[in-house]
Amino acid sequence: MDPAPAPAPAASRPGGGLAAPRAARGTRSRPPLGLIAAACLVAAASLVPLGFVVAMTVATGWETAFALILRPRTGELLGNTLALMALTVPLCVLLGVGGAWLVERTALRGHRLWAVVLAAPLAIPAFVNSYAWVSAVPSLEGVLSGTLIATLSYYPLVYIPAAATLARLDPAIEQSGASLGLGPWAVFLRVVLPQLRIAISGGALLVALHLLAEYGAFAMIRFDTFTTAIMEQYRSTFNGAAANMLASVLVAACLALLLVEARVRGSARYARLGSGAQAVPTRLALGTWQAPAQAALGVVAALAVGVPLGIVGRWAAAGGPGVWQTAELGRALGSSLGLGLLGALAATAVAFPIAFLAVRYAGRLSHGLELANYVTSALPGIVVALALVTVSLRSVPGAYQTTGLLVAAYVLLFLPRALVNLRAGLSQAPKELEEAAQALGTPPLLAFTRVTLRLSAPAAAGGAALVFLAVVNELTATLLLSPIGTKTLATEFWSLSSEIDYRGAAPYAILMIALSAPMTYLLFQQSKKAAGQ
Amino acid sequence: MTEQKQGPAPAAGAARPPEPRIAPAAAQAPEDTDWHLEIEGVTKAFGALQVLAGIDLTVLRAGTTAIVGPSGSGKTTLLRLIAGFEAPDAGRILLDGREVAGGTWVPAHRRNVGYVAQDGALFPHLSVGQNVAFGLDGARYRGRRAVAARVEELLHMVALDGSYVRRRPHELSGGQQQRIALARAMAREPEIMLLDEPFSALDAGLRVATRRAIGRVLAHAGVTTVLVTHDQAEALSFADQVAVMRGGRLVQIGNPFVVYTRPADRATAEFLGDAVILDAWLEGSLAMCSLGAIPVRRPTVQGRVQLMLRPEQIRIASDSPIHGTVLDWDYFGPESSVRIKLPERPADPRIPGGGEVITIRHWNAAMARAGMDLALKVIGEGVAFPVV
Repeated sequence: MDPAPAPAPAASRPGGGLAAPRAARGTRSRPPLGLIAAACLVAAASLVPLGFVVAMTVATGWETAFALILRPRTGELLGNTLALMALTVPLCVLLGVGGAWLVERTALRGHRLWAVVLAAPLAIPAFVNSYAWVSAVPSLEGVLSGTLIATLSYYPLVYIPAAATLARLDPAIEQSGASLGLGPWAVFLRVVLPQLRIAISGGALLVALHLLAEYGAFAMIRFDTFTTAIMEQYRSTFNGAAANMLASVLVAACLALLLVEARVRGSARYARLGSGAQAVPTRLALGTWQAPAQAALGVVAALAVGVPLGIVGRWAAAGGPGVWQTAELGRALGSSLGLGLLGALAATAVAFPIAFLAVRYAGRLSHGLELANYVTSALPGIVVALALVTVSLRSVPGAYQTTGLLVAAYVLLFLPRALVNLRAGLSQAPKELEEAAQALGTPPLLAFTRVTLRLSAPAAAGGAALVFLAVVNELTATLLLSPIGTKTLATEFWSLSSEIDYRGAAPYAILMIALSAPMTYLLFQQSKKAAGQ
Repeated sequence: MTEQKQGPAPAAGAARPPEPRIAPAAAQAPEDTDWHLEIEGVTKAFGALQVLAGIDLTVLRAGTTAIVGPSGSGKTTLLRLIAGFEAPDAGRILLDGREVAGGTWVPAHRRNVGYVAQDGALFPHLSVGQNVAFGLDGARYRGRRAVAARVEELLHMVALDGSYVRRRPHELSGGQQQRIALARAMAREPEIMLLDEPFSALDAGLRVATRRAIGRVLAHAGVTTVLVTHDQAEALSFADQVAVMRGGRLVQIGNPFVVYTRPADRATAEFLGDAVILDAWLEGSLAMCSLGAIPVRRPTVQGRVQLMLRPEQIRIASDSPIHGTVLDWDYFGPESSVRIKLPERPADPRIPGGGEVITIRHWNAAMARAGMDLALKVIGEGVAFPVV
C-alpha cells in the first residue's frame, strides 16, 4: 500500500492526484495505481450489460429495432407493466408508511413484535409467495392478482426504511409543529411525512425495479411483463433480436426510474440540526383506534406471512416425509449454499477496491465508479444474464454455462449490498491507525492486514451475508446461466412447481425461507443503525 | 522535570526574569552541534496547493521543539514528512545524520520514530495490553511473560497500573488514551517522538495535566520530541525551541521567551498572545508613543514604527504622568481585562497616535470602574515593527 517501499528519489513522486483535487488533512496525494486499475476493471465489467443493450440495439439496425419495439405486443407489455406499477407502488407506500407509523409512533400494543412481523415477508421470495397463492386459488391471474402478490411481497422495501427514519426522527420537530397549532393529523401530514421523503422515494424505486425485474412470481400466475416476455422469447429463439429489443425497452424503463427517483429525492437532506442528545420519540395514544389498528396489521400479516407459510406447510404436510427424502433436495441445498458462498466471497472481494477508493480517496473518480455499479445493479437479472450469455458466447465460448460466469452475474447484480457495508466498515478503520502501526515498525502491507482488514472484517461479513441471501433466492439469472446439471433450491423449486408438483416443491420453499429468515433479521437490524447517516 | 514550566506562559511572561532562558543543551552547543533531526529546504504540494514552501529546521538531541501555527499552516504535513507517512517534493530530511528522505527513502516502519496522533489512534480491536505490545520487538521480548512484564513497565511509565491491560480503548478517558498511545509509541524505545496535537481533543484541565505527564516521561527518557500544536500557550510551556509556522513557512525559530517577547513580525506577535500595538516614533532605542518613551532592544528600523507591547507589561501605577480612562472591563476571577482609552493629543509627528483604546490585564477588579481615570506605567521593553 505504500507508494514507495523501495529507495526512490523524492522528486520523482509529484504531488497532486486524480482522485483528490483538494487534499484534505492527512490525505495521501494519490491512490496506488494498482488499486485504481482494479476498481476501474470492476466498473468496466459492470458496464457490460448496459453496453450489450446499446450494442444490440445498434447492431439490429434502427428500422428493425423500431419495427420490433413498436409492435402491439410491446404496447401490451408496457400497458401491463405500467398498470402493475401504478397499482402496486402506491399500495406498498401506503402499507409501508402506515405500518411504520403505527409501529414506531403510536402506543400500539406489542409494537416490538409487530416491527419484526411486518418486515418478515422479505424472507419469503416473491415466487414462493406466488406459488402459495396460485396453488391455493388456481384461478388467480391478471394484473389484480399480480398487484396482490407483488404488494404483499414488496411492501417491506418501503416499510423498513420508513420505520428506521421514523425511529430516529427528532420528536422536538413534531413538538414544534404542535406548538405552532397543528393537530396530530396535521403534524403527520405537514411535518412527519415530508421528512420521510427519502425513505419513501428510495423504497418506491426499489419496489418499481423489483416489479420490472421479477420473473417467477408473474410467470406463475401467467401475467405478462417485459421480463416474462423476454424469457419466453429467449426460450423459443435463444438469442433473437426480439428478446434483445424488449430488453432494451426494459433497460430504458429502469434508467428512467433511476432518473425520476433522483429528481424526487433532490438534494434534500433531513439531517438533524444542532447537537446534544436526542429525546426519545413520544408515542401517540391510540385510544379507541387500538382495536382497528391491531386488526389492520393482523390482516396484512395474515395475507403476507400467514397465507404463504400456511400453504407451504400444508403442501409439505400433504407430501409427508417422502418429499424430504430425495437426493435432489440435498444436492440443490448443497449447490445453493455453495453458490451463495462463492457469490458472497466474490462480491466482497470485488467491492473492496471500490469501497477503499471511496473511503480513502473520495473524489470524482471514486464517485463515478460507485455510480457505474449502482446503475448495473438496478438492471433486471434477465438483462444481465442475457448480456453475459451473448458476450461469453461471442468472446469466451468456454465460459458459457460455467459456475464462474454465474458467479460473475451474481457479483454484478448484488455488488452494492457488499459495497455499502464495506464502506461503512472501512470508515471505522481510519488511515491514522494504519500509520500508527507503521510508526510502530510494521511494514505497510502487514499494517494494512493487521489493522484495516481486521477492523473492516465484521462489516464485510455483514455485506457478504446479504449477498448470500440474494443469491440463494435468485431465480432468473440462475435459470439462464447455471451450468448443465447444477440445480439450486430456487431452480429446482421452479421446475417442480411449474409441473404443478406442489407437494414436491414445498420442501424447497421451506428451506429457502429458513435460510432467508436470519439474514432478513440482520438486514432489519442494520437498517435501524444506518438511517440518518 | 527541567522541561516543566508552570502555568500558561503569556500571563506569566512579564514576571519572568528579563534574561532569555536558553535550554541547557543549547547553551553549551559548540559549532559541530549534535543535531538529531535536520530538515533542509523541504517542500510539499497537494495538487495546486503548496503546503510547505521551503522548510529549514534543526532539532537538538534530547531537545523539545514545538511547531506552532494556525490550522492549515502545514505543520501536520511537516510532521508526517518526518514520520515517513509522506515523501517531500524537494529537500532532505536527516535523522541522526542519516538521510531518510531526499536522495534515499526510508519508509515509516524503518525510521524508529515514535508517533502519537491527535486522538491517540489506539487500535479499537485490541485491548490496552495488546495495543502497547503491538510494536514490541519480538526477538527481544520472547514469551508471554517477558511481553507482559514490559507492557506493565510501560504502563507504569505513563502512571497507569497493570489493571488497565485487559481494558478496551473505548472504556478509557481521553487523557488515558493519550497516555497509552504514548506508552505504545515508547515500547520501541524510539529516539525521537512526534506528537501531532495530542492534547487538543482533551478538555482544559485534563490537557494541562496530560501535557505535563507526557512531557515528564519524555524528558526522563531523554527522547528528542517534536510537538505540533495550534495552541500557543501549549507550545510556549512545553518546548525549549518554538518554531512558528505560517503559510507553509517557518517565520521564527527560537526559545519560548524570545519568540513571545521579541516576535519577528506583527502577525507572529498577535498569534502568540494578546498584543497592544501603538503608533510610535523611534529614535535610537527609544520609542515615543501615547504611553510615553518606551525602550526598544536592538531596533532594526527608525522613525515611524508600530510598537508592540504585551498587555501584562502595562501596569496600573499609583503615580505616573501617563493616564487613561476606563471604558469597560471583563471579570475573569483571578484577573480582569480592562479596556482603557488613552487621552487625545494635538497632532505631533514626533509623538504619533493619541486616543487609542488598549486592553490590559489587571488582578484587582475593584480598581476598574467605567469612567475611572488610571495612571499607567510600562514595564520592560517594546518591539518595533516597520509600518506596513
